Amino acid sequence: MAVVTPESAAQNYDVIVVGSGAAGGQSAYTLTMDGARVLMIEAGRDYDPRSETPMFQTPDAAPLRGAGTPDKPFGFFDATIDGGWSVPGEPYTNASTEGGRQFKWWRARMLGGRTNHWGRISLRNGPYDFKPRSRDGLGFDWPIAYEDVAPYYDKVEMLIGVYGTNEGLENTPNSPEGVLLPPPKARIGELLARQRGRSIGIPVVPAHRAVLSRALDHRSLPAKLHPGNAKAQRVLSEDMQNRAACFWATACGRGCAIRANYQSTTVHLPPAMATGNLDIVTKAMAREITVDAAGRATGVIYVDKTTGREHRASARVVVLAASACETVRILLNSKSALFPNGLGNSSGLVGKYIMDTVGASWGGNIPLLEDLPPHNEDGAGGDHVYTPWWLYKEQLAGKLGFARGYHVEFTTGRQMPQAYGAYGNDAGGRTSYGARLKEEARRHFGSYVSFTGRGEMIPNADSFCEIDPDVVDRWGIPVLRFHWKWSEHEIRQVAHMQRTFADWIAAMGCVSTRSPSPDGRRSIEPGGSIIHEVGGTLMGSAPSTSVTNSWSQTWDVKNVFVADGGVFASNADKNPTLTIMALAWRAADRILDEMRRGNL
Amino acid sequence: MNLPDPLRIDRRLAIKWILAAGAGAVLLKGRAFGADGAGAPGGAGYGPDPDLMRAYKPGDYWPLTFTIAERRAAAALSDLVIPAGPLSPSASSVGVADFIDEWVSAPYPDNARDRGTIVAGLRWLDGASRTRAGAVFADSTDAQRQALCAEISLDAPAHTEAGTASRFFRSFRDLAAVGYYTTPVGMKEIGYVGNVPLARFEGPPADVIQRLGLADEVKW
Repeated sequence: MAVVTPESAAQNYDVIVVGSGAAGGQSAYTLTMDGARVLMIEAGRDYDPRSETPMFQTPDAAPLRGAGTPDKPFGFFDATIDGGWSVPGEPYTNASTEGGRQFKWWRARMLGGRTNHWGRISLRNGPYDFKPRSRDGLGFDWPIAYEDVAPYYDKVEMLIGVYGTNEGLENTPNSPEGVLLPPPKARIGELLARQRGRSIGIPVVPAHRAVLSRALDHRSLPAKLHPGNAKAQRVLSEDMQNRAACFWATACGRGCAIRANYQSTTVHLPPAMATGNLDIVTKAMAREITVDAAGRATGVIYVDKTTGREHRASARVVVLAASACETVRILLNSKSALFPNGLGNSSGLVGKYIMDTVGASWGGNIPLLEDLPPHNEDGAGGDHVYTPWWLYKEQLAGKLGFARGYHVEFTTGRQMPQAYGAYGNDAGGRTSYGARLKEEARRHFGSYVSFTGRGEMIPNADSFCEIDPDVVDRWGIPVLRFHWKWSEHEIRQVAHMQRTFADWIAAMGCVSTRSPSPDGRRSIEPGGSIIHEVGGTLMGSAPSTSVTNSWSQTWDVKNVFVADGGVFASNADKNPTLTIMALAWRAADRILDEMRRGNL
Repeated sequence: MNLPDPLRIDRRLAIKWILAAGAGAVLLKGRAFGADGAGAPGGAGYGPDPDLMRAYKPGDYWPLTFTIAERRAAAALSDLVIPAGPLSPSASSVGVADFIDEWVSAPYPDNARDRGTIVAGLRWLDGASRTRAGAVFADSTDAQRQALCAEISLDAPAHTEAGTASRFFRSFRDLAAVGYYTTPVGMKEIGYVGNVPLARFEGPPADVIQRLGLADEVKW
């Protein structure tokens, strides 16, 4: 068991998992820990954060001082390799050239996918988030409720390690006692935001992030996660002991060589591989799912990117965990006599209702934070606090003009200087330089606070993807064509974000001459920018109105499951990764049960 | 994940070299100021999968392209923008001119755009210095250099020579500051403390919390 080649892979597996990120990692983990033999197909190369993470490198050791480029959009030291909004040889298209109608599609072609660089923000959807249509009449209800997913949130949080607190806030669920790890202390700017936020009615609480603020309890957690499974407990206990607690340095976006934060490659895949039940083939581009005469999936055809040759893998069950849009692409490209419009697409809904997160920011210089004594604010390599959406009642009463909320992430502090930022104070029509520049840079360092809104987008019929009839990638696989449109709900939400943030920094003492545009169209980040795309294979309660059932199983082909964000029937403001993992675990449990019963 | 926000906004977006046709374009040895840009560099970047673990220096991935004269002007200007002080050295001593050369020589679109600004600006600087001080910028006296920079540090209307020079100066200043403060020397100078493993994260020091009156906010 290990990373295998197309030639050395076995003839047959219990399950093929396409993709190795949050969904693929969780699927493979759950399945292999319970004894299923799994082949994972990953489009990118093998990647080992333990030996490839630049933990303490400073920007002067990088080309261009580490600044982002088309090759490395989030900077040289960002963990993403072979990824970005454009991937050489793997195009996608947009149907419209009109402003605001494009979708930017981020991919990370590497083992572990985008879990290697993500922000580690791990928020549970709340009860409202699974039944949004019942609450305000818009979008879709999920066929499941918070209570169905809660046990899996518990399990995922125990497995990956999430710091945070239980605040009992509306639609912001608590975790059971003892599940969360202690939060890191707030930075000075975060404390000031908390104090001044209160004066304008905005709560600030510890963030929830998948970072080990202390080592995991390897003695008790494995038995809670795998009751009655001695082998799984032993494997997990050993692996948990190889994950170090955070040492409060280096940004999480670089990945983590000591395995203190969650990446599929440091948390899900090592124990899954230790079971001996997981084979991984890398640089393998899944093209289509094959079916037999009875309409059941038999396996996956993939292209070996190294040789360009096609291979077939066979299994009893196929789990698509390729990311929401890539999963759509595979389904739509899986055409056969039985499924001429693509697999799982009898409803015609594969690719429909894709969503991203709504994003906008505002911030400024806070004189109170100027000239503070130097002190270490590296912390947990990301946010220590956040603001959950706090205006549910006003919103339901129709006072806001948009239907769904947002949470707030913070940028404060004396972080390592990067190849962007404000180093001078160019007030008074003069570019600052010389001794004055040095004095100002020192005084201003750490005095900038920025708030970033992350809001819910309501699914709409104008935002979808389909196969482009004219364009193929370098392996001849037809590519996706996107259609995109924001609704007035998102546009007004963005305007509300920026107005609120401007009030907030003013309450913190910022004196600014600039003010946000009242028109959200000017500030909303383009679709796909926040890299939270979900939908396209929505779960629902009937085959005519959805692609998958409440178990993430396609209605049309019962041995094909979608484990990634494709099944999301709504995209709450909560970052999707934790929910993807919880649903993937739940679907994998269902697969194991159905295999035992002989139904798969 | 967080994208660059308006404060962190890529400085390149704020720097656009605008030269209106016929609006006082300065002729420097027959070349229009802002045009030419000494030819866009070709070649490939470092690709989507560079080795992240090794240490790089300017020139490792693409050749540096400053002429000797441009390099001298850039070094002199960078030291004027970030001079040595009681606690820290000047910009050129930590390689800022090399970084700016690397930046404008890089085969990426944003860098190619900055290249026009910076290379043309450095040539303009030498030309202006020759006119006023009788010597290129690097060979003029400190007082002469200071006088020229005091002038071009002032904002000036777009579409004028002064406006173009002012925008060049700000672009150069931004690049010099990035180049300086991203070095260990610059990090120390600006007051960054970190990038070392700690057993515990203690949060802000008590005196800092006290000074801002935030003792009541420390809840966890």
